[in-house]
Amino acid sequence: MDRAVVIEVSRLSKSYDGLKAVEDLSFQVYRGEIFGLLGPNGAGKSTTLRTLITLLHPTSGLARVLGHDTVKDADVVRQLIGYVPQERAIDRFLTGREHLELLAALYHLRKDEGTKRIGELLKLVELEAHADRPAKTYSGGMKRKLDIACGLLPNPQILFLDEPTLGLDVQSRLRIWDYVRMLKARGMTVVMSTNYLDEADQLCDRLAIIDAGKIKTLGSPTELKVGLGGDIVALTIHDANRLPSLAEAVKGLPAIRAVNITANGLDIRVESPEKVLPAILETASRLDCRVEFIEYHRPRLDDVFLAHTGRAITESVPEAETT
Amino acid sequence: MTQYWQEISALTMRWMRRLSREKFSMLFTLVQPMLFWLIFFGNLFQRAADAQVTRAPNYISFLAAGVVVMTVLNNGLAGGVDLLFDKENGFLERLMSTPIHRSSVILSRFIFVMTITSLQVLVILGVAFLFGVQPATGPFGVAMILLIGVLFGVGLTAISMAMAFSVKSHGDFFSVLGFLSLPMIFLSSALVPLAAMPAWMSFLARFNPMTWAIDAVRPLILSGWTEALPHVGMVLVVMVIFDALCLYCGAKAFGRTIG
Repeated sequence: MDRAVVIEVSRLSKSYDGLKAVEDLSFQVYRGEIFGLLGPNGAGKSTTLRTLITLLHPTSGLARVLGHDTVKDADVVRQLIGYVPQERAIDRFLTGREHLELLAALYHLRKDEGTKRIGELLKLVELEAHADRPAKTYSGGMKRKLDIACGLLPNPQILFLDEPTLGLDVQSRLRIWDYVRMLKARGMTVVMSTNYLDEADQLCDRLAIIDAGKIKTLGSPTELKVGLGGDIVALTIHDANRLPSLAEAVKGLPAIRAVNITANGLDIRVESPEKVLPAILETASRLDCRVEFIEYHRPRLDDVFLAHTGRAITESVPEAETT
Repeated sequence: MTQYWQEISALTMRWMRRLSREKFSMLFTLVQPMLFWLIFFGNLFQRAADAQVTRAPNYISFLAAGVVVMTVLNNGLAGGVDLLFDKENGFLERLMSTPIHRSSVILSRFIFVMTITSLQVLVILGVAFLFGVQPATGPFGVAMILLIGVLFGVGLTAISMAMAFSVKSHGDFFSVLGFLSLPMIFLSSALVPLAAMPAWMSFLARFNPMTWAIDAVRPLILSGWTEALPHVGMVLVVMVIFDALCLYCGAKAFGRTIG
């Protein structure tokens, strides 16, 4: 591939007090794409992001942003990137405009430059009318818009977003997605973490699925889904106790790729559902399992996630694996 | 250098703005020490305090030095609170992701806390003046009192910021703060001269930097330069050592958090 690499992560590991938060991560981000880090809470997304924005030093390995080492050339990197933190990092006593003025000074903009850019940004995120009200009067969506304006203030080449739509209502979410797409259209590279599958699917050009500090798979959402191979047959049965024996029997059928036991049913990856469906139903009735529900679909991102991590993204990380 | 100054002044301006938006909090911060300690406590103990022991014309004039240094103590110990909140809500992370000198945030905080504290000290001396306490060493004495306050305050603020960076939760921070403040006051010469304390308390009070500060400020208010100078010389030495220790710890804690 001949696209320009803007972020290069090689063999990055980070431990806190001996606990590994991320282990041996290597990936590249290309100019102008939206790159996503998808994973459940505690998977190591934030650690990866914070290393890239120079706030954490890797325990081993290294990361280069636009060719600059995030540890040795931290100041250069900071000058070139923008960051939108996960928490609402808002000073409730300051107005929206004052937030941006503060940041303009911290990025060493001249007063007239700063004023001009602040005007543009307030317009972009539609906060002009509220710019001179203290941030404590803002709604969640407005705070997020201000967050994004703050991240864009340095006119960065790469914008980092940590869980950009966490806890937002549907309208605000869609609005934020629009902004991210617009930034991409302007040529900006965006790196974001998320634990929303639909967000990763709709927004990201490429994404890395991270679980327990490791990259499980990486590619465009379509590649990942196609790479899974085959369709998904999902069924639920009346008596969950019979699931293990049914799973065993189904595994023995031809044209079955993988079988996963879910809460009260099975997720079966199959090569061609038309042929396999009757066989599955027949097996179920032979084992006296009453099928309550059955459907099949093309692979979705949640199937990809399940296939690579062994669980759904909504299931919390088991204690034993986080330590 | 220009950039450095741009950062520090913008950050200091933010602390000022925050304070000015919290009108009630500002009022109570400013008024509390003089109302509670100087006016109530000072007048309340007027007749209970023995002038032979305090060796001052009245208890308020004796207490003024104590209230000045207590104000420095409380402001200094609380000096890290805003950074603690910044750390918890992610604002500090946002500041640190910008290309600023790592020390700008800390320096802006010192400038802010010292400015507010100095203003408060002036107000306290003004209120004491209304109750008939005239600083014996005049305007230069007042300037010296402010200098001592700043020197003591820098060390305290450094400790407070170090704690803000080290604690796991803000509950811990405020527990330690509450635990430190009153013993520091009781185990000092703020309310009672060392000579009049029980032996074990006066022994402990001697190790309290606050005692040294008060013992220099008090003659500046009550007696005059000849009596004050040796104490002033001594407190300057003590404070330089105290500040060096606190700043060292503060820098270590800051380095651990910010990297």
